[in-house]
Amino acid sequence: MAKWMSVAQVKEKIKESSAEEVTAHYLETIRKSKINGYITVSDKALEQAKRTDSEGHNGPLAGVPIAIKDNISVAGLPNSCGSKILEGYVPPFNAHVVEKLLKAGAVILGKTNMDEFAMGSSTETSYYGPTANPWDLERVPGGSSGGSAAVVAAGEAPFSLGSDTGGSVRCPAAFCGVVGLKPTYGVISRYGLVAYANSLEQIGPIANNVTDIAVLMDVIAGYDHRDSTSIDRNTEYQKALVDNVKGLKIGVPKEFFGEGIHPDIEKAVWNAIHKFESLGATWEEVSMPNIKYALASYYIIAMSEASSNLARFDGTRYGFRESGENWHAMVSKTRAEGFGSEVKRRILLGTYALSAGYHDKYYLKALKVRTLVKQDFDSVLSKFDVLMAPTMPTPAFKIGEKIEDPLTLYLSDVNTCPINLAGVPSISVPCGFTDGLPIGLQIIGRPFDEPTVLRAAYTFEQNTDYHTKRPPEVA
Amino acid sequence: MITKEDVKHIGWLARIDISEQETVEYMEKLNSVLGYFGQLDELKTEDVAPTYHVAEIYNVFREDVVGKSIPQEVVLSNTENKQDGAFRVPKIG
Amino acid sequence: MVYENPDGVKIGLEIHIQLNKLKTKMFCGCSTDYHNAAPNTHTCPVCLGLPGALPVLNKKAVEAAIKVGLALEGEIAEETQFHRKNYFYPDLPKGFQITQYDFPIVSRGKIVIEGEDGEHTVGITRAHMEEDPGKLVHIGSIERSKGVLIDYNRSGIPLIEAVTEPDMRSPKEARRFLDKFRNILEYLDVFDGNLEGAMRVDANVSIHGGTRVEIKNISSHKGVERALLYEIMRQKNVIRRGGKVVQETRHYDEGRGVTLSMRTKEEAEDYRYFREPDLMPIRVTDWIPAIKETLPELPDVKRSRFMEQYGITDMHARSLTSKIMLADFYEGVCAKGVDPKLAATWTADVFLGELNYRDLAISSYDGEKIGFIHAKDPRIKKSFKVSDMVELVNLFAEGKISDRAAVEVIRNMLDTKEEKTPSQIIEEKGLFKAEDDLVTKAVAEVIAENEAAVQDYLGGTEKSLNFLVGQVMKKTKGTADAKIARELIIKELKG
Repeated sequence: MAKWMSVAQVKEKIKESSAEEVTAHYLETIRKSKINGYITVSDKALEQAKRTDSEGHNGPLAGVPIAIKDNISVAGLPNSCGSKILEGYVPPFNAHVVEKLLKAGAVILGKTNMDEFAMGSSTETSYYGPTANPWDLERVPGGSSGGSAAVVAAGEAPFSLGSDTGGSVRCPAAFCGVVGLKPTYGVISRYGLVAYANSLEQIGPIANNVTDIAVLMDVIAGYDHRDSTSIDRNTEYQKALVDNVKGLKIGVPKEFFGEGIHPDIEKAVWNAIHKFESLGATWEEVSMPNIKYALASYYIIAMSEASSNLARFDGTRYGFRESGENWHAMVSKTRAEGFGSEVKRRILLGTYALSAGYHDKYYLKALKVRTLVKQDFDSVLSKFDVLMAPTMPTPAFKIGEKIEDPLTLYLSDVNTCPINLAGVPSISVPCGFTDGLPIGLQIIGRPFDEPTVLRAAYTFEQNTDYHTKRPPEVA
Repeated sequence: MITKEDVKHIGWLARIDISEQETVEYMEKLNSVLGYFGQLDELKTEDVAPTYHVAEIYNVFREDVVGKSIPQEVVLSNTENKQDGAFRVPKIG
Repeated sequence: MVYENPDGVKIGLEIHIQLNKLKTKMFCGCSTDYHNAAPNTHTCPVCLGLPGALPVLNKKAVEAAIKVGLALEGEIAEETQFHRKNYFYPDLPKGFQITQYDFPIVSRGKIVIEGEDGEHTVGITRAHMEEDPGKLVHIGSIERSKGVLIDYNRSGIPLIEAVTEPDMRSPKEARRFLDKFRNILEYLDVFDGNLEGAMRVDANVSIHGGTRVEIKNISSHKGVERALLYEIMRQKNVIRRGGKVVQETRHYDEGRGVTLSMRTKEEAEDYRYFREPDLMPIRVTDWIPAIKETLPELPDVKRSRFMEQYGITDMHARSLTSKIMLADFYEGVCAKGVDPKLAATWTADVFLGELNYRDLAISSYDGEKIGFIHAKDPRIKKSFKVSDMVELVNLFAEGKISDRAAVEVIRNMLDTKEEKTPSQIIEEKGLFKAEDDLVTKAVAEVIAENEAAVQDYLGGTEKSLNFLVGQVMKKTKGTADAKIARELIIKELKG
């Protein structure tokens, strides 16, 4: 069996041999893994595969294995969010997207590694150790969905689900040379996704090619009455995959090409834009003057929401519990011991930003800046079909290189987090290499216009071969 | 900027124990980040409305129809600290 | 005659009302019928606050809130939204409560009560929706607690919190306010006040413009009145001794009838309110006309109508309309042709009195019978038929039974399990009023048989007359009309 298969190839293989054999192949690959991409490998995966064999492969994803980020609830499997404080917690319910996957016949291989509570851009803050980038085992895979992207890049799953709050699907997709989509806010139900920043995040698919992204979207996207922020849209994603960008109007926001951008990345992205031009698209440089304030606004909002979302982790009903002479002491000790330092820093900052006397200066201010950022997007997207920019300012950095200074790490979100503030869709596709490390091109679209974004990404893929490259380290 | 007292107070509000040494470390790192956040003061926003939700949706409801509850054993399955069907914790203090 | 308010008392109340007539919780589909259930059997990922669970708002809760707002003559917000109130407590599974902060659904309402000096208006600043936390049970006493057990069945139950202006000037006015408020809520049928925990009150009181003290979590109206009486006295004593009243939160000890200082926490709490990101705002002012249509006739209007339509006194009308089901029962009785004034006396004075004496709380009315449950033991249930009251009042009106006999019938029906009609009981117990000549005969016999008493009475001893009347009652087995017997004896002896 080939190491890397598209979903179509996986389905072929299942027909040829069996779902059981295909799942066994992936489990074997995982067993030999050098990247620490999985926190939990499911002991029910083979059984699920066998069942779909006996039931006649019903469903659009019958027997197709998938990896799920460890902050998306799968009933019966531990859900750690990369944290010690959720040690032993097994959710008694499935996330909406998991229900849909199971109904489609998919086989859940396991839960993937991530930055603790999705707070990070490198997967280095996980209680379960860092995940290695399959392209260079001494480098980070990006984060916070580092595990989900790395296992797909390493052939340890055909595709996976991650979550994106400020870039957490697109960043690891770029660093690992795979495709990752953050959909428009509200398109995929958040029911079952452990909240980090509710008004910013979405679950996002990660795969080796754009087609598989669309296949996954057709299964997991859509209205869910259990999520009050879920939007009712009937979009057919695979239908959007057409190799044609004639007349596509591309905006290139200059603020996304700031001084911190690595020259090879800048070159690769411009090559890509010129490629689109050669295929019939047009492009124009634009300005989005409020983008430089997006990072600060994003972090204030995210940390504020997080400080409240993470208050439930107190050892009372589940997870790790430290003893204390009374309940408040028990809680304070549990949280001090159970959370890692980055999480604690963000909780403290978020608490501060919401506290009496500082609420207006930080939280409310950040929400107003958000309005300005959104207005910038509304403005340029009214004139252009898509925007293009580098996904990340640098290629994958070495493990341990940036983790000491939080601010340096935060700055790597500079191109991805504005998209979350505006709630628009954005995809990262491989568009080149620098020193053997993948470079990601970000294609940003109008709200609910995933079809145009996917069409552009698909067309690029059909006319280049970056997506066929595989990491030599794990081949 | 944040003082040691502030760190202690926020630590209490967030129920996270912070040692004396950590208090200083947090103070430094938090101040560095807050310094960066300060750039937002450059923007004039008195007449700008805050964005709480990117989508303008209103009136999302559910009907008053009884659904399934989880069985008691399942509710308590994620902890060993239980008694008589209830969660058990130390006195509140 | 304006009430002087000698101590300068100012009382404000915060009332938490469970919308326990709704079938499901505020943000999830768990059943609200948790009172006799085992712990943690009415919970789900949402009300347990499991990671990844999300709230979805109960439409009926919003309708109920609007109903309450309209009944309080308040304004319904054009746009209303939910906020998070962040704090740590074991009964709060998410570490925050979903509530409403600066855009409550109802604002600027009022209730008019019978105050110390006539009609008095109590303003209602706001009323908003929020969720109830779980329930804590201390192992051992509160003071020497060995631990706490937590039951989340109550977590997520829909609540309305109403906050009044500090317009009440005495514990009595506070009590009257609560009684009236509860009455209105029962009329709206959004709330069953008989269930445990259905209404909880925090009271704020200051005297002579001084510091405000909060007394938290009082669960009965009587308790509120007593707690306030105690607290006002306590504050007066503090000042009399030259001290200053400290701004604090106190707890009311029901058993000892005192308020106690709650242990002050190390640091001030800061709730860090911010808009709930998982819930969308609500704009439902267009529901108002339809909801207005469904509003029942409210207590004050019903009271006026009763006085006009039935010609009864204000006192009777107040009594009858103090409970919607009693009012409906009364009208059911009148509809059968009974004299409304008589029906009022028998229902409001006698019947209600007998119910109160037996601690029976009115709990249902289905058009045919009114039902009650024992206030302290909800397993004890009773009912009383409209037809039985009609029969009884008519028998009395026709002079067939004495008033004492009628009272005895009511008592009998409330105290025994058997389902007999008044006529059957009267028959069995021989309670029919003695015929006139029976009484005359008894009077004659008694006078003849009690020479000594007769002489005493004629000699000036009034007591002896009572004795003689008693003897007549005995002879007629209580069926004689005592007043008539007395008159006959006097006529016989004094001419």
